Amino acid sequence: MRKYEDIITAYIIILLLISLVGIFQSWSTALTIFNYCLISAVMTIGANIQWGYAGLINFGIMGYTALGGLAVVLVSVAPVPEAWRVGGINMLSCVGIIIGMIFLIRYVLKKITKSKKRNYLITAIILIGLLLLKIISGPAIVNIEAVDPAKTGFLGGLGLPVLFSWIVGGLLAAGVAFIVGKVALGLRADYLAIATLLIAEIVVSIIKHEDWLARGVKNVIGLKRPAPYEVNLQNTTWFIDLIEKLNSGKLNLINSLVDRQNTLNQLVIEASSVFVKLCFAGLFLSVVIILLLLTQKALYSPWGRMMRAIRDNEEAANAMGKNVVKQHLLIFILGSAIVGIAGAMMVTNDGLFTPGSYRPMRYTFVIWVMVIVGGTGNNFGAILGGFVVWFLWVQAAPLALFFIELFTSHLPETNAIRMHLIESAPYFRFLLVGLGLLIIMRYRPQGILPEKVIKQ
Amino acid sequence: MDFINALLLLLNYTVLPALTYGSQLALGAIFVTLIYGVLRFANFATGDMMSFGTMFAVLLTYYFQSKGINFGFLPTALLTIPFATLIMIFYMLLIDKTVFSYYRIKKSPPVQFAMVSVGVMFVTQAIIRIIIGTSDRRFLDGEKFIIKATEFKEMTGLNEGLTIKSTQVITIFITIIVVSIIFWFLNKTKTGTSMRAYSDNEDLALLSGIDPKKVVLITWIIAGILATIGGILYGLDKSYRPFVYFNNMLPIFAAAIVGGIGKPFGAFLGGYVIAFAEIFLTYAYKKFFSYLLPVNLMPDSMMQILSTDYKFAISFSILVLVLLFRPLGIFEGKRL
Repeated sequence: MRKYEDIITAYIIILLLISLVGIFQSWSTALTIFNYCLISAVMTIGANIQWGYAGLINFGIMGYTALGGLAVVLVSVAPVPEAWRVGGINMLSCVGIIIGMIFLIRYVLKKITKSKKRNYLITAIILIGLLLLKIISGPAIVNIEAVDPAKTGFLGGLGLPVLFSWIVGGLLAAGVAFIVGKVALGLRADYLAIATLLIAEIVVSIIKHEDWLARGVKNVIGLKRPAPYEVNLQNTTWFIDLIEKLNSGKLNLINSLVDRQNTLNQLVIEASSVFVKLCFAGLFLSVVIILLLLTQKALYSPWGRMMRAIRDNEEAANAMGKNVVKQHLLIFILGSAIVGIAGAMMVTNDGLFTPGSYRPMRYTFVIWVMVIVGGTGNNFGAILGGFVVWFLWVQAAPLALFFIELFTSHLPETNAIRMHLIESAPYFRFLLVGLGLLIIMRYRPQGILPEKVIKQ
Repeated sequence: MDFINALLLLLNYTVLPALTYGSQLALGAIFVTLIYGVLRFANFATGDMMSFGTMFAVLLTYYFQSKGINFGFLPTALLTIPFATLIMIFYMLLIDKTVFSYYRIKKSPPVQFAMVSVGVMFVTQAIIRIIIGTSDRRFLDGEKFIIKATEFKEMTGLNEGLTIKSTQVITIFITIIVVSIIFWFLNKTKTGTSMRAYSDNEDLALLSGIDPKKVVLITWIIAGILATIGGILYGLDKSYRPFVYFNNMLPIFAAAIVGGIGKPFGAFLGGYVIAFAEIFLTYAYKKFFSYLLPVNLMPDSMMQILSTDYKFAISFSILVLVLLFRPLGIFEGKRL
């Protein structure tokens, strides 16, 4: 039990902090933070697999998160028959062309060895393919986007239950990661970081501007939920009975029947929101636990040892006959897939898909800070990092406000500096996270919970 | 006549903006490349450092304006360059002293440096936002145009007008001056040579008695000058907004890598490669062809290769292509 002591202490502290939010602000807020912590935890598990296990630096987390979100739209939204009628065939043939292009390129790569001729052929295939795509998709896109643009204007999804989309999100991210990995994984560490950062930007800009796919910046709202809706809950008998029972002591103190009914209604409304968030929390928690079990198992398997060997000394591992390139690609795909799942979870939690909100600051760099602060190469550490940094990220503004009030309390209310500082309180989160990262990097480079190598 | 009209159209809407934008990128790219070459890390705080310098230029411009100081027909911001640069250099040296030098002495791997620079990015961004906020600010004053389209039309009697904004001329002019001085410094002076020697082979340079502290100091000073001037020129031409500067880091990185990272001249050209590619590929050529082609051949579509939404995506695609086919960049930079 001893070796888990610091892990348990760290988790108890952060859960206590979240409970404090529940007590002092509201349980609904605390659960929102908790859910986001869990989503961040999934992302950090993904990033930690890549960085902690294999030493791959992937600054493209934003791109895979967005792909996961896209999957939710593509899977769960009801299809738009009108749009399929006017442009479905063209779009499907475009998909066919893309697949055909990939196979042609693969064929050329295999059959022709002369590099110059090969390059020209591949360039020709890509250019002709792009031209064909443009010709075929152009009118179809115009038609699709003209179908009731205020509400739809896109092809819609498959209309399947939303939970499927988590898997599809993972698969979609994995597919893109395969292509990216093939292209970029040969690069040295910091080049890989830049390349993945830029590729993620490309992915997001495609999602943002291809309106036929997922409405682009016009956003998709009202996505399906794996949990009941608050409104429905508030009219369900068993739920009202449950709340009545739980609060019977408080309710019995009220004598007037009308007052009692009003209080009960108020309680039911509050409780329904908490209940929905609890449902989400349960789902997310099970994903985190499943992923944690799998990744822990992998980390201490022969495969995990091999990954660490590759990370610590690539050349030695190569000399021992390990296929470094293949393993790097595999781990890149696995990590990205997990990030894709997290992206899908996040969109499901929000109930809306807003491509405009994907920014590298929030979805790449903050996640990286989480991994590094929590503990590189240690899954428990990475998850803890997700909790701690997200908590700070959300609570930095109120915290900053508190300190600003404290330090400027001797100044008059209308003092310019004081007003300016209070206005800019939300930006202190950047300062807090940045300083946190710098301090951890300097004084505890392994993170709060360092990697543990168990000798077997 | 139609031919001249068509050329003017291109000059007005693609060549001039591309030259301007390219100059702004080039300054940033030389900054990135210098830091990469001498200090050996990818600086993810690039965009925010440029933003930091520009912020002081904006604030000083407001201050000068309130005091009634101006620069005639030139923007007041040009007067603030020396002061903003000084503050920027001071900030960079402070960051280097408190953050980067520790890892340099420890000889940390470049990845760790990159991660630390992410921390610096967060902190710089926080300082900027706390001081000036996130809103869009225009600080251009003085004459806005050198030649207006209508004047040009009257002068020449052509259909197409030519608009030359003063910021465009200022940007190109200042870039030429700054870049020539820097290349002269790097290639002709002793300090510059020692910097290049340090960048090529650190151990050998140390053996030949080059003082690493001095090299690092000079690098940050040049970096400060480049970052501030690049940032101010961009801000004058478009507008100042912290978030945009962070985004600009991406094409700047692309320019530096396309030019072969570690090679200042490559980075300089890389800036223009990226800018021209972005603007030429997203320009709608319909009007251009309407001058050149007979009426019955007139194209129906906009004749636009890619929509302007993909402006950024183009520079990144170029980067990916370069990485695939010439991994050392067009001008053979440092080994990846």
